Amino acid sequence: MNDLSNSIKGGAPSRDAAYNFAYLDEQTKRMIRRALLKAVAIPGYQVPFGGREMPLPYGWGTGGMQLTAAILGADDVLKVIDQGADDTTNAVSIRRFFARTAGVATTESTPDATLIQTRHRIPETPLHADQIMVYQVPIPEPLRFIEPSETETRTLHALNDYGVMHVKLYEDIATFGHIATAYAYPVMVDERYVMDPSPIPKFDNPKLDMSPALMLFGAGREKRLYAVPPFTRVTSLDFEDHPFEVQKWEECCAICGSHESFLDELIIDDAGTQSFVCSDTYYCAQRVSQQEQDQ
Amino acid sequence: MNQALKKPHALATVEPLLQVRDLSLLYGLERGCQDISFDLYPGEVLGIVGESGSGKSTLLSLLSGRLPPQRGSIGYRDKQGEWLDLYSASEAERRTLLRTEWGFVEQNPRDGLRMGVSAGANIGERLMAQGIRNYQQLRGAGLDWLSQVEIDPLRIDDLPRTFSGGMQQRLQIARNLVSSPRLVFMDEPTGGLDVSVQARLLDLLRGLVRELDLAVVIVTHDLAVARLLADRLMVMRRSRVVETGLTDQILDDPQHPYSQLLVSSVLQP
Repeated sequence: MNDLSNSIKGGAPSRDAAYNFAYLDEQTKRMIRRALLKAVAIPGYQVPFGGREMPLPYGWGTGGMQLTAAILGADDVLKVIDQGADDTTNAVSIRRFFARTAGVATTESTPDATLIQTRHRIPETPLHADQIMVYQVPIPEPLRFIEPSETETRTLHALNDYGVMHVKLYEDIATFGHIATAYAYPVMVDERYVMDPSPIPKFDNPKLDMSPALMLFGAGREKRLYAVPPFTRVTSLDFEDHPFEVQKWEECCAICGSHESFLDELIIDDAGTQSFVCSDTYYCAQRVSQQEQDQ
Repeated sequence: MNQALKKPHALATVEPLLQVRDLSLLYGLERGCQDISFDLYPGEVLGIVGESGSGKSTLLSLLSGRLPPQRGSIGYRDKQGEWLDLYSASEAERRTLLRTEWGFVEQNPRDGLRMGVSAGANIGERLMAQGIRNYQQLRGAGLDWLSQVEIDPLRIDDLPRTFSGGMQQRLQIARNLVSSPRLVFMDEPTGGLDVSVQARLLDLLRGLVRELDLAVVIVTHDLAVARLLADRLMVMRRSRVVETGLTDQILDDPQHPYSQLLVSSVLQP
């Protein structure tokens, strides 16, 4: 365990007894679990659920938090990431929320966590079979940008009628010469449902395919949840002559030197000097401490 | 039904494409359409004329699978020669038909086009829905169809909202014809266009219909459009077909009093 995670983990914090375990009442958690079972049974299908008010605004991860609250157990170890980082506002406040209302242990270490709530990233460290990922989703409907009507998009899903999805990719190529969609890149789950993988960069799409971990997606404002069960085929949509590609960087991480991870571009002075660093802070810190040990 | 309903030169060997029997949908007394029966043969253009509120558009919605009828049946013979009962088929089958073997040209191109995406994407949508996943092929089809409907192929990446009304209507036609349909429904395709643009569009339509051997059901209240395009006419009034026959026959020698009124009310310039 590196010292970065120890500072936050701090053993099992005490639970605030004024709240029910993990904030939501038991009936609500039961309702969400029922919807989750349905979502797991039909990979990629959006299941409506009775979304509750959470003590933070829509868009801050209310959907993901409700899912986390519904499946959190007293023995779970929770990790929360926002844009890959464990120490940004959203991550810190959600982690503290569950530490207080559920008294669960929290961590920054990806392998140690049993439950990872995330916004915008899938950790670089490969996930394993007894982990659950919970994604915060703003707009669960991948067809929404092209088809504004909810009844129509539902019919399109039901009839497996996904021609319009490629219209968006066609537009990208026609406008930019390549598929410019860089995040929330639509995927086909188990050759049946087209799904929005939440605003993760398309760099992370291949990690969804045949992942040993269970993936749960919750949209609080839209009151929809969906799931990708372990070892499910997830393919990114593309054209034969414009195949799916992930982002690549010529630079490497300025801190750990990684060539494989997803890099954030930082502008570090008024002259526009760029620096690239890993967006996954745990992965980066892990590599640095490994390098120090090797020396 | 009228004797003229049987297309005189339709040989016994040619099977109809569409068979409509006792089709009815009434919103109220004589509102909607009732007891409509006809056969449509491959390559034939059927015009439906009549006053506003006579049930033309309702009939077109029924025929094109958008609105289930209260009574009656529609049979369609598909490319494999199999008869399909439109309203006992599943919604998936109906939708597939509508975007492959059929086309629908709306009166207002804004209803038939995706205004938020480029002309090329509009044309390519049906092909993508049919599973074509090759960008170059879609691009080629887009360029080809733009020139077929007399739009400058350089405008392939422009949004339809930057097109004039006539161009939008032509784009809508291209978008429908790209999947090589056998049957196209048109609801007043020249409706909101000025006369010279109308003439060009009609000219284009007439050429395409002949060239592609399309069967067309066209709803119009403009008898000039009917004369130019239609082989056969059905005159509707108060939800019923009052007269059917060859276009020239009806326009030059109308039998029913309402048809006579309709023909005599055309302005002569």
